[in-house]
Amino acid sequence: MSLATVWFVFIGLMLTGYAILDGFDLGVGALHLFVARNDGERTQVLNSIGPVWDGNEVWLIASGGALFAAFPHAYATVFSGFYLAMVMLLGALIVRAISIEFRGKETARIWRAGWDLGFAVGSIAAVLLFGIALGNVLRGIPIDPDGGYRGGLVGLLNPFAISIGVLALGLALLQGSAWLVLKTEGPVQDRARWTGGFALFLILAAWIAASGLGWSDARRVFDNFGSLLAWAAPVLTAAVMVLMVMAWRARQDGRAFLFSSLAVLGMAATAGLALYPNLVPAVDVSRSVTIDNAHSSDTALTLLLMVGLIGMPIVIGYTAFIYWKFKGKVRLDGAGY
Amino acid sequence: MDVVQLDRLQFALTISFHFVFPAVTIGLAMLIAIVETLRWWTKRDVYDRLSVFITKLFAVTFVIGVVSGIVMEFQFGTNWSRFSGFVGDIFGVPLAAEGISAFFLESAFVGIVLFGRNRVGSTLRWIAGLLVFGGTTLSAFWILVANSWMQTPAGFKIVTDSSGAQKAQMTDFFQAMFNPSTLPRFFHTVTACYVVGAFFLMGVCAWYVLRGRGSDVTSFALRLSVAIAFLGAGGMFATGDLQTREVQANQPIKFAAMEGVCQTANGVPLDLIAIPPSQNCSTGTGLGISIPYGLSAMSDLNPNGQIKGLDQQPDQSLWPPVAETFLSFHLMVGLGAMMMLLMLLGVFFWWRHELEKHRWWLWLAVIAIPAPIIATEFGWMTAEVGRQPWIVQGLMMVSAGTSPSVSATDVTISLIGIVLLYALLFFLWIYGLTREIRRGPELAPGLHASAPPVAVGPPEDQVTPATGKAGR
Repeated sequence: MSLATVWFVFIGLMLTGYAILDGFDLGVGALHLFVARNDGERTQVLNSIGPVWDGNEVWLIASGGALFAAFPHAYATVFSGFYLAMVMLLGALIVRAISIEFRGKETARIWRAGWDLGFAVGSIAAVLLFGIALGNVLRGIPIDPDGGYRGGLVGLLNPFAISIGVLALGLALLQGSAWLVLKTEGPVQDRARWTGGFALFLILAAWIAASGLGWSDARRVFDNFGSLLAWAAPVLTAAVMVLMVMAWRARQDGRAFLFSSLAVLGMAATAGLALYPNLVPAVDVSRSVTIDNAHSSDTALTLLLMVGLIGMPIVIGYTAFIYWKFKGKVRLDGAGY
Repeated sequence: MDVVQLDRLQFALTISFHFVFPAVTIGLAMLIAIVETLRWWTKRDVYDRLSVFITKLFAVTFVIGVVSGIVMEFQFGTNWSRFSGFVGDIFGVPLAAEGISAFFLESAFVGIVLFGRNRVGSTLRWIAGLLVFGGTTLSAFWILVANSWMQTPAGFKIVTDSSGAQKAQMTDFFQAMFNPSTLPRFFHTVTACYVVGAFFLMGVCAWYVLRGRGSDVTSFALRLSVAIAFLGAGGMFATGDLQTREVQANQPIKFAAMEGVCQTANGVPLDLIAIPPSQNCSTGTGLGISIPYGLSAMSDLNPNGQIKGLDQQPDQSLWPPVAETFLSFHLMVGLGAMMMLLMLLGVFFWWRHELEKHRWWLWLAVIAIPAPIIATEFGWMTAEVGRQPWIVQGLMMVSAGTSPSVSATDVTISLIGIVLLYALLFFLWIYGLTREIRRGPELAPGLHASAPPVAVGPPEDQVTPATGKAGR
C-alpha cells in the first residue's frame, strides 16, 4: 500500500471520527427544539454536550489540517471551488457555537428563544452543507483546466447531492437521538426514542433515493463496486443498521449508540470506497484530483504519519477518559451552562 | 477593488480579529495554571475562587477563538488556493501537527476545567489546567512555525509538479521548522500573550479595588498580575530586540521600512517619534524626536556602524508599504514603553505598600487592559505588512497566491457576511466579559465586601432547579 493510500485512509478515519463525534452534538442541535420543550429541558440537553462539543469540533480542524498537509491540491480545489458553500458552513458553525455559549447568560424569553433557534438552524445547515459537499465530490465536479471549479452555489444543488445531504442529516439525527437517550431522563428521553425511529426511516429513504439517483445521475459512484469485495462495506453497514434497530427496540441504549456510530463508520467507508483513488473526481477524468497527483512529498507524508500514529492514540485515549469522567445522566451541578 | 485586494482585506480582517482571542486565552491559561498549582498545593480556598473566576473569563474568550480559528484554517484553501498548493508540503505539516498535538489537548481538557469542577478530584483538575496551558502555548508554537516559514523560508527546494505548477517541497524538516525567525517570533509572541493575560487580570482587579469590591481574591490576583506584567513587559523588550535583529539579518528591506531608513548610511539616528518617509522615499522621516547615532549604536553596537536602507533594493515595487510598516512598528514600541512605565510605577507602589492606594494608577491599569492587545496587533501588522509584496518572502507574490475560481463578487459577499458576524461576536465577547466581571469572584464564606449592596450581586453559581441556570 502506498504512502498516499495510507493517508487517504488516515484522513478518511479522521473525518469519520468527526462525523461520529460532532455528528451527535450536531444532531442534538438539530433535534433540541423538538425533544426539549421547556427551558429546564433545553438546559439539560445543552449540558449533555457541554463538556465535549469543543473537543468534537477539533476533529474537523485536525482533518482540515491533515488534508492541507497531505493532499494540498485536494484541499485547495474543494475549499476554493465550493467557496460560498464553505462560507455558509463556517457561518453555521459559528452561529451554533455562540448559541450554545450565550444562551444561558440571560433569562429573558426572547434571548433564549433566539439562541435556541440559532443552535437548531446552525446545526441543521451545517450537516446539510457537509452532506451536499460530499455528494458533489462523490458525483464528480466540472473542473476547469486551471484546476478551479466555477459551478457556483446553484451547481451544487443537484438531486444526488441533496439526497446525500438528507442522508447526512438522518445520520446526525440518529446519533443525536442515541446520545440523548443515553444522557437524559424523563420526557426528553421519551421524545428522543421517537426521533431515533424517525431518523432510521429518514436514513432508509435517503439511502434508497441516493442509490437510485446515483445510478441515473452519478454513475461513477458505482465504478469501484465491480468487485464483490467492495460490497462488503455497504452490506456490513446494512447489517449494523439492523443491529441498531434491534438494540433500539430492546432499549439497550449503550449498544444503540455504538451501532449508530458504527453505521456512520460504515457509510463513510462506503463513500471512501466509491471515491478511491480519487479525492476530487472531475467530469473530465483527466482533470481529476487523485491521491497520485495531489499528495505531498514522501518526507512530509512520512513525518506526518509519525505525528499521527503517535498523536492520535493519545488523543483517543484522553478523549475516551474525558467521556468516561462525564459518563451517566446529565447532572446540573453548578458547573455548566 | 480587484479580487486580490478583497482577499487581502478579508484575510487582514479575519486574522486581526482572530488573534485577539488566542492572545487572551494563552495569557489567561498561563494564569489558570499558576493559580491552579497554588490551589492544588496549598488547598487554600482563595486560589479556588480565583481560579474559577479566571476560568469564566477564559471560557467566554475561548469559544470565540475556536470559531474564528476554524475560519482561518479554511481560508487558506478558500481564498488562497494557489498559495496552498505551493506551500502545502511544508506549511500544512505544522497546521496538522497543531491540530493533533495541541488543539485536541486544550479543547478536550477545557471540558474538565469548565465543567468538571464538581466531578473530578483536585489533582486531575490541576493537571487539566496545566494541560490546557501547555496545549495553548504548543498551539501557538506550531502556528508560528507556519508563519515564520512564510517570512524566512528554509529547508526546502522548488519543484515542478505533474501539472506544471511550481511548489515548495520539504527537504529538511528541522530547518523548515526551526527556520531563522521561528524562535525569536515564538518567544516574542508568547511573551506578548502572557502580558495580555496579566494586564487583563490586573485591570479587572484594579477596577474592583476602585469600586470598593476588593477582597482576598483581588488582593492576591492584583499582585500576581503586577508581577507577571512587569516581568513580561521587560521580556517584551528583550525578545523584541532579539526579533528585530533577526529581521535586520533576514528581511533587511522590512527592517529598513520599520526604522524609516531610506539611504544606506553610517551613524544613523534612531527615530522615536517622526513622520514616516513617503513611499518612494522622496521625503525621508521628518519632524520628529530622534537619538543621534541611536540606530547604528543599537543595531551594530557601534555608533558609526552602517545601516542598510531601502535603497539596497533598487526595484521599488519590491518595497513594502513604507509608512504603514514604520507606523505600526513605532506604535507597538511606543505602547510597549508606556506599559513598561506603568509597571515600573506599579512595582514601586507595591514596594512602598501603596499598590491599592493610588486611584489614578488603578484607573490607568483599567484603561491599559486593551493596550497590550493593540500593541500585539501592531506587531503583527509590522510583520505581515513589512513582508509585502511577498506572500512567501522571496518565493511567491501575494497576487500569485489567490484562488483562480473565486470572483470579486464571491469575496464581497463573504466579506459582508464576515463583517456582520464578527461584529456580533465582538459584541457578545464584550457582553460576556462584562457580565462575568460584574458578578466577580465569589467572596470568602462569611465575608462581606466593604461595598455598596449592588456590588455583592446575585450569589454566583447557585443553580435554580426551575431553570437550571448556572453561571459559566
